[in-house]
Amino acid sequence: MKKLGEMLLGESPFRELVMGNTALVRGMVEAGVRVVTSYPGSPTPEIATAIASIRKELRPFHFEFCVNEKVAVEVAYGAAVNGRPSVVFFKSVGLNVASDTFVQLNHMDIPGGLVVIVGDDPGAHSSQNEQDNRHLARMSYTPVLEPASPSEAYAFLLTAVSMARKHRMAVMLRMTTHVCHAKEMVSFGGWPNTPRDDTPGFDGSGGSHIPIGAMVARMKKRAIERLQASREPGLDRVLENGNPKRGIITAGLPFLSVLDVLSGAARKPDILKLGMVHPLSLDTISGFLRAHEEVLVLEELDDFIEQSVKAMAHDSGLSTRVLGKGCTEDWIGEFTPGRVREILHRLWPDSVVAPVSMAGNLAAPVRFPQMCPGCGHRSAFFAIGKALRKNDITVADIGCHTLGFLPPHEIGRLLMSMGASTGIGQGLSLFNSERRVVAFLGDSTFFHAGIPGVINAIFNNHRLTLIVMENGTTAMTGHQEHPGTGRNFNDPTERIPIRKVLEGLGIQNITEVDTYNQKALTTAVGKALESPGLSVVIAKHPCMLKFSREQRRKPGFVQRHVEVSEDKCTLARECIDRFGCPSFKRDGETGRVSTNTDLCIGDGSCIQTCPSDALGAVAPGKESR
Amino acid sequence: MNIHMTGVGGQGIGLLSELLLRALSVAGMEVRGVDTHGLAQRGGVVNSQIRTGSGEFSPLIAPGGADLVLALERHEALRAVGGYLRDKGALAYYDAVWQPFEVRNGSVPGVSTEALHEECRRRDIRAVRVFRDDLPDPRMQNTALLAEVLHNDLIPGLRPEHVTQAMEDLLQGGALKANLEILGVR
Ligand SMILES: Cc1ncc(C[n+]2csc(CCOP(=O)(O)OP(=O)(O)O)c2C)c(N)n1
Repeated sequence: MKKLGEMLLGESPFRELVMGNTALVRGMVEAGVRVVTSYPGSPTPEIATAIASIRKELRPFHFEFCVNEKVAVEVAYGAAVNGRPSVVFFKSVGLNVASDTFVQLNHMDIPGGLVVIVGDDPGAHSSQNEQDNRHLARMSYTPVLEPASPSEAYAFLLTAVSMARKHRMAVMLRMTTHVCHAKEMVSFGGWPNTPRDDTPGFDGSGGSHIPIGAMVARMKKRAIERLQASREPGLDRVLENGNPKRGIITAGLPFLSVLDVLSGAARKPDILKLGMVHPLSLDTISGFLRAHEEVLVLEELDDFIEQSVKAMAHDSGLSTRVLGKGCTEDWIGEFTPGRVREILHRLWPDSVVAPVSMAGNLAAPVRFPQMCPGCGHRSAFFAIGKALRKNDITVADIGCHTLGFLPPHEIGRLLMSMGASTGIGQGLSLFNSERRVVAFLGDSTFFHAGIPGVINAIFNNHRLTLIVMENGTTAMTGHQEHPGTGRNFNDPTERIPIRKVLEGLGIQNITEVDTYNQKALTTAVGKALESPGLSVVIAKHPCMLKFSREQRRKPGFVQRHVEVSEDKCTLARECIDRFGCPSFKRDGETGRVSTNTDLCIGDGSCIQTCPSDALGAVAPGKESR
Repeated sequence: MNIHMTGVGGQGIGLLSELLLRALSVAGMEVRGVDTHGLAQRGGVVNSQIRTGSGEFSPLIAPGGADLVLALERHEALRAVGGYLRDKGALAYYDAVWQPFEVRNGSVPGVSTEALHEECRRRDIRAVRVFRDDLPDPRMQNTALLAEVLHNDLIPGLRPEHVTQAMEDLLQGGALKANLEILGVR
């Protein structure tokens, strides 16, 4: 097998086992895409991982992680309006940040074409909601293609780029978590690697790209007409099972669930599998409705297709019974094979047998995610907790430090969206002299959407303590660089120190403490909480997951561990109950504490938490037991 | 065949499932796989599923639909058996214990090997426990588990040379050498 990067640039057709996100990158190469932008967010970051596998000098397109999704769309639009076929990708909620620009795109003439890949997250596996971005596509006259598998992701990306270029517009490719992360053998086409035409193609004559006044109506008319004209043949298909009574209309991953569930069913319904979910083809839908007495629209999340299908049935005067969401649960979660079996069995018990019940089986204790061994955020929460009063209000933000809300720390009692903590904190402090308010903010998030909230606190004289959790990386999504790290995706770059930004804004009350220095951090936060106006504590420590991975790769590396001295340990269990490092374990019978050497990285941040001085770092082979 | 793999973030489920997926493909099977990692590596549960067979179908396995569970941690072995494994299926698990918070702080009891095996007996599930004290690095527990999958012939049609080939495709240098050694193709 060739290295991934070489494979993605192969000139002859080939077959390979890849995940959906990787398949998209080969699609970009074959389609002649010139500019790709993003901001990291699950389920899409592996698209960038695949791009990174291609040596920068050989990459047929420019790629960058931008400071946030809005800027990412703007950079891609700027390139596309100048004739470069472009792609932007991000997670579901990224579209909210991008939407001020995104909703305008199809008012424009975009000669290069622009494909917007969104990674929606039914089941909220790694997002703060399950939002269905088909709604934003409808609002902005954007066509939507929805693949069900890695093979389709690749094929639909090629189609999306070709639609976008042909009609000089923006097209949405809507991925979902388990399409991004599904793996299968995909057959790719060839790539001639011919020279690209980079003539700057922007033509702004006659105010063609200025949506003001009378132009808006003209632009909107073009957007609506272009939306209808953009459909390519062959995206939707019918699977005939010879059933004149029942049909199912579905799309995306739920289609594969339907196939699974129906594989053993009696009297299989016919299936209309949609590849383009907006706008729907009236001919295809009404033809399918006409051929069946009863049609179920089986779609994940909202009733987006269902509403249109019902309207089409009404307008076409058809008496076909159209079924869709049957109860509130049908709007929630992922339509896995298990869920689809429940739904089909509820509706058609004569055809589909009930799901297997796992209810009586022995259950395992719940396991929540948690901060890694050595995480600087843990030391921070442990120390900050000591400076807080019971009725203080702590506002979390998005990132690894969100996990501080869980036991044992329980710090950060409100969470909304990236950068929201400062604004929410300011509102909480109004008419409130009793309860002090603390907002948390990660460093990548500071640049992404955090700065306006900080400025508002200065502008409107709010009382707030802001704690910037600076770990030198975008940790939660897989350690991407950000403007404070001194590197971008491709090269070294001028580092933007957060402290200097804050000082530049005129904030005077700023303290910077390494979180492993727990006593100093407690003191700093205690002082900040007592000061009027805006006070900032920068609680910094490098991400230890990233750090320990880098250390392990170095030759001659020896893993150190922390050891619990049985003689000194008084079973105060501060290390477990309040510090909460997962590297400690408890003997179920004796209650004694020891170290899990699979997990402990020997960072020693726990040592200072022990009231009986029972913890110490040791090199391997030196353990006393 | 439906294989459900599970462990805690950081244990190497990703590599285990990549290796297995590729090895099954080398063995000539049509395969589909999918990873579910939620909040990435942050000490949460990581699941990965592989299905073999021909035609178009979902990469996801329904509850009670797995024929084989491979687990890298004891608590997660029990969770996967209870959530995904069919009666009369098979479990192979590496007996590492990464206690969840409530077990560490003593508010709920942990899962013992006895309880796990008793649950397997009740449901007529074959259980294979793997544990080795000679591993140079805990990150090789996944390969130790894979070695026992081969040794016990838990996946019909999968032979050591298929796994070796997959390892050569995916790993290099010292890591390749060390993992091939653990695999100890017998
Ligand atoms: C609008 C939006 N974009 C992207 C994400 C995905 N996301 C979740 S956590 C996170 C990382 C934040 O990094 P940082 O602020 O540095 O905190 P850390 O994880 O490093 O502690 C991102 C980008 C999101 N939730 N919302």
